[in-house]
Amino acid sequence: MTRYFTEDHEWIEVDGTSATVGITDYAQSQLGDIVFVETPDAGAALTKGGDAAVVESVKAASDVYSPVSGTVTEGNAQLEEDPALVNTAPEGEGWFFKLTIADPGELDGLMDEAKYKEFVDGL
Amino acid sequence: MSDIEETVELEALPLDAWHRARGARMVPFAGYEMPIQYEGILAEHQWTREHAGLFDVSHMGQLEVSGDGVEAAIEEVLPIDLATLKPGRQRYSLLLAENGGVLDDLMIANRGGTYYLVVNGATKWDDIGHLRELLPDHVTLNHLADHALLALQGPEAAQALQRLDIRPFLPGWPDAAGLTFMDAGPYMWGDVPLGISRSGYTGEDGFEISVREADVETLAEALCGLPEVKPIGLGARDSLRLEAGLPLYGHDMTPDTSPIEAGLAFGINKRRRVEGGFPGAERILRELSEGTARKWVGLALDGRMAAREGAEVYSGDTKVGTVTSGGFSPTLGHPIAMAYVDAAHAAPETPLEIEVRGKRLPAKVVPTPFVRHRYHRPKRNQTGAAK
Repeated sequence: MTRYFTEDHEWIEVDGTSATVGITDYAQSQLGDIVFVETPDAGAALTKGGDAAVVESVKAASDVYSPVSGTVTEGNAQLEEDPALVNTAPEGEGWFFKLTIADPGELDGLMDEAKYKEFVDGL
Repeated sequence: MSDIEETVELEALPLDAWHRARGARMVPFAGYEMPIQYEGILAEHQWTREHAGLFDVSHMGQLEVSGDGVEAAIEEVLPIDLATLKPGRQRYSLLLAENGGVLDDLMIANRGGTYYLVVNGATKWDDIGHLRELLPDHVTLNHLADHALLALQGPEAAQALQRLDIRPFLPGWPDAAGLTFMDAGPYMWGDVPLGISRSGYTGEDGFEISVREADVETLAEALCGLPEVKPIGLGARDSLRLEAGLPLYGHDMTPDTSPIEAGLAFGINKRRRVEGGFPGAERILRELSEGTARKWVGLALDGRMAAREGAEVYSGDTKVGTVTSGGFSPTLGHPIAMAYVDAAHAAPETPLEIEVRGKRLPAKVVPTPFVRHRYHRPKRNQTGAAK
């Protein structure tokens, strides 16, 4: 299990060719109270950097991008009932979707946790 | 994740450091850095609906208009009947363009022959220029640039204000808690002069307090030290006003909308509806008698996905309107929106659809306010007339 981070504040936890994606604690703190999340359906084809999900706070809607290309295996159904999970457990129970990675090479260039922390501190 | 913020050259509010010390997240708004939230929009929204919230609205423009013939001069500019605005009373009015479009909405209070105006922050410099141009030379326009403005809003606002030793400046005036909706007058808090009106922008009972910049921190500190009061940011200010069905200038009405299609006919006083004589009167009097092609209506949505400003409204395959304000209603637990729609589709209960990110969301026209106003209105006597 390895966790990577993007400059758009998504995290991806990789286990072989399977992965789980969500937004970081920094991202949820910037968004504020989350009231709606739209996750992709199983079977949806995602491209690296392309739109994958939508997260809405009271104030605004933001797009969530996929850190890598692949096919969605599951969206987090819990977020429909309890979108605030993204605020309370962004890097755990508040995950957005799971996918099968098309090209593991696309993980190169993503940040590890230490690098991402450095990146956020510089913002 | 996509970004949502931008930066421009910004001014600091008098309370800038005070907001930051309270953990406010500051964002650009109306040319200032302003607090969007402290602990979170939902909690702040809820707190204001249940207790009392303190809003810093010092970005707004506070103006005083005075001099010989001031009433006639103001009536040239605003569609107001000042004979019916007694000293100590405040009213909503509109700054209109020659074509009837809305240049700004504002509050005007009669301070005993001097008139006090509160205009929007984003438009205040344009308004000042516009008023200077329209008002005759013998009428003085004074921008109270050294004054801050606080709004204390919520069901416990009066109770909170009573804890401070604030006394009426004029003999025979009630304590602030004795004011009714849209009363406005001068008060003293120790040796600090305050201009207090019972009004606001949340749908709740509340007060707006004009205070010298030099005294605003002491006042904000005293108010937020009370058990009923917490500071509230712009985020909750917007969700509260949306639930109250109150328009936001620059979004719900602009120079391209008339006050009549925006549902603001009450801002055109009775005598002026007959006599006209204000900018845009020709169009506005015509619209008052003939109606308008489109109307500003409230929309309630199912589910949780919000429709926001700019979203298009459909009836079947026909586009019938555009959303001007929208978001999630914390009180109701579902999204709400305000939109201009064709008059034929503006009746309450009309089923419509709003397009959001390529999806059609079912919505229906509903009466506004979405959440009942709780203004502190005067008691009525047996004849039904206000006392």
